[in-house]
Amino acid sequence: MGRKEMIAMLLAGGEGKRLGVLTKDLAKPAVYFGGKYRIIDFTLSNCVHSGIDTVGVLTQYQPLELNRYLGIGSPWGLDRQDGGMTILPPYVKQKGGVWYKGTANAIYQNMPYIERYNPEYVLVISGDHIYKMDYDLMLQHHKRSGADVTIAGIEVPWKEASRFGVMHVDDEDRITAFEEKPKNPTSNIASMGVYIFTWKTLQKYLIYDEARRGSSHDFGKDVIPAMMNSGLHLACYPFKGYWKDVGTIESLWEANMDLLTDKPSLCLYDPNWRIYSVSPNRPAQLTTMTAEVTASCVNEGCMLEGIVDHSVLFCGVHAEQGSYISESVIMPGVRIGAGARVYRAIIGEGAVIQAGVTIGDPASDAITVVAVDQYVAADDHQLLEVEPL
Amino acid sequence: MKHNVLGVINLIHETDELEHLTQNRCLATVPFGARYRLIDFVLSSMVNSGISKVAVFAHTKYRSLMDHLGSGKHWDLQHRQGGLFILPPSSVDIQEMSRGDLYHFYQHRDYFQRSSWEYVVIARSHMVCNVDFDDVISRHQEQGADITIVCKRQDKQMPGKPRKVKMEENGRITAIQDHYGRLVSDVVSMEMYVMRKELLMELVETSLAQGQDHLVRHAIFSRLGQLNVYGYMYEGYLGVVNTLPSYYANSMSLLKPEVWKSLFYQPGPIYTKVKDEPPTRYASGSRVTNSLIANGCRIEGTVINSILFRGVHIEKGAIVKDSIIMQNGQVGESSFIYNSILDKDVQVENGRDIRGAGGTPFLVGKKKII
Repeated sequence: MGRKEMIAMLLAGGEGKRLGVLTKDLAKPAVYFGGKYRIIDFTLSNCVHSGIDTVGVLTQYQPLELNRYLGIGSPWGLDRQDGGMTILPPYVKQKGGVWYKGTANAIYQNMPYIERYNPEYVLVISGDHIYKMDYDLMLQHHKRSGADVTIAGIEVPWKEASRFGVMHVDDEDRITAFEEKPKNPTSNIASMGVYIFTWKTLQKYLIYDEARRGSSHDFGKDVIPAMMNSGLHLACYPFKGYWKDVGTIESLWEANMDLLTDKPSLCLYDPNWRIYSVSPNRPAQLTTMTAEVTASCVNEGCMLEGIVDHSVLFCGVHAEQGSYISESVIMPGVRIGAGARVYRAIIGEGAVIQAGVTIGDPASDAITVVAVDQYVAADDHQLLEVEPL
Repeated sequence: MKHNVLGVINLIHETDELEHLTQNRCLATVPFGARYRLIDFVLSSMVNSGISKVAVFAHTKYRSLMDHLGSGKHWDLQHRQGGLFILPPSSVDIQEMSRGDLYHFYQHRDYFQRSSWEYVVIARSHMVCNVDFDDVISRHQEQGADITIVCKRQDKQMPGKPRKVKMEENGRITAIQDHYGRLVSDVVSMEMYVMRKELLMELVETSLAQGQDHLVRHAIFSRLGQLNVYGYMYEGYLGVVNTLPSYYANSMSLLKPEVWKSLFYQPGPIYTKVKDEPPTRYASGSRVTNSLIANGCRIEGTVINSILFRGVHIEKGAIVKDSIIMQNGQVGESSFIYNSILDKDVQVENGRDIRGAGGTPFLVGKKKII
């Protein structure tokens, strides 16, 4: 087994509670995004484009759909002889098994996997974010600065800073203070949840953290602060570009809408940085005589007979004649019946909106969510989940 | 019948009048239907019918074929038992290359002999259809036929050059003609033949021994009196795509929702080589009607009654009407394209006007800049 310079550990066990019905039977990384993808496609594609060929995917919550989707990693080119993708669920050991207690504990429990490749560095990322990033540039930054840990940081609007771990950084990109989700943030450089650790150092701290009483075994809350306190060299890798945490209905909807602007800041068309995903292999989309499609992203397999404006349509959506879809995200296989109207909504996979039904309210800013496989007839409005903006 | 049938897609001497579209590629890999190649239809039909060992008898200009089919993984033909075999001619001798297809069947006889499977389905690549071979073989067995030919009844004359056949009431075939014959019949052969492997090997050897080397003309047609040759009536959509007018007409048929729904889905899905193109983006000022559009396109202009392959970019103010634009085509601002076929990677600069006259579409060759 050859030695790997850097391997990736991708945390994909997130429950995504705030996504409500969309994650009822689905781990958050498997949630659909952008007309074709699932959230995890972005980080997996980043790994491959950054030259990382060994990725451990840590799963826990509702893994069935995610496991089925990932398979042996072939769509991302991760079906490799040496390395490739390995799915790492929690497991039973001789002294009984436990669930992953936190992000750091998940890595701790998989130290034998990492040791197998004996890497110099370990990249820890999560499958919850939408962004394109070359981790190799970050590794070069890590090596150049001689840091023990490098954390990718991005400037966020001040009002949102309290949702993230924020960092104070000096002129040489050295992190001088780190606060996890502060009530009154004093910096707006947020941690993107992308870490490069020098493996030997991380190993030491994981063992130490595991033994520490009262630890929640989380990178942001426990391991990084412990490293700070011991005076290790923590560097910040300043990232510029599109990065979005799509952990809420609102942010998921917004991130989809971001793709519809004239010059989207997240470019999906770069032939050198394709986002790979499992292709459903459907015929090209058919736009009929009665269709009108503007400012939208539409995937293959769709049949459009109605009006679609400012919307993202996944594969196999059928919008029947006289239907009207506006500012919405329509997931795979949804049928929008004749004359139905959909405003500012996220419609879950396989749902059916009966002819003539109206979803959402053009006068309201709220986002309406229709659950996976839900059948919405004319009088079912109480079933819908509405997320006020 | 699972695991009991060998598939052969025979590309040797296919009738090809597609002009520039087949200048550097074989008929099998002519792009069709916004994201497919012609061979995808018969290959997917075979796979969906449970045929898990398929050989493609390549003949000439097969570089694009190798690239398209690869390991066969996109058709689920990459596995331990069976899988995909691309078999080019075993010799480069020009005299041998020009010999009939039976000669090449003989050269590839190991493919048949190495397998213990019982039946063979032999097909061509230029039939756009979605066939359930499982049903064809059941009928073949019920009828006690020696050879079953998949046929289609066409009430009106369709573009394309198929072989017509003469069929009796009970389904027995009494005549098969060449592509240029004048036989009056509303039944056309889809050039898909089902028979036992032993019979095929026997036909190959006895025909060659008599100096005959064409499968249909010699091995089958000349034995119609001795063998029980029956027709199987296929009910789905059929496009015989071996001339330019038939290429254009059959492409445009895909815009009918009923054809789209049946051809691509029934009885099974049509597979093709997957590309990682993003979804197609319609800009705010775009206008698209009655069109078939693949992934990865960016549409800022107007598209009417047209087919766009993957990665096509229609810039602002451009109008594309009654046309087919293949992969990565680019149409500059305010250009007008009417009744034309643009092969892959064609770049039309701003303000150009391209139109085909009368019934024939104007054909622009691969990688041209206009």
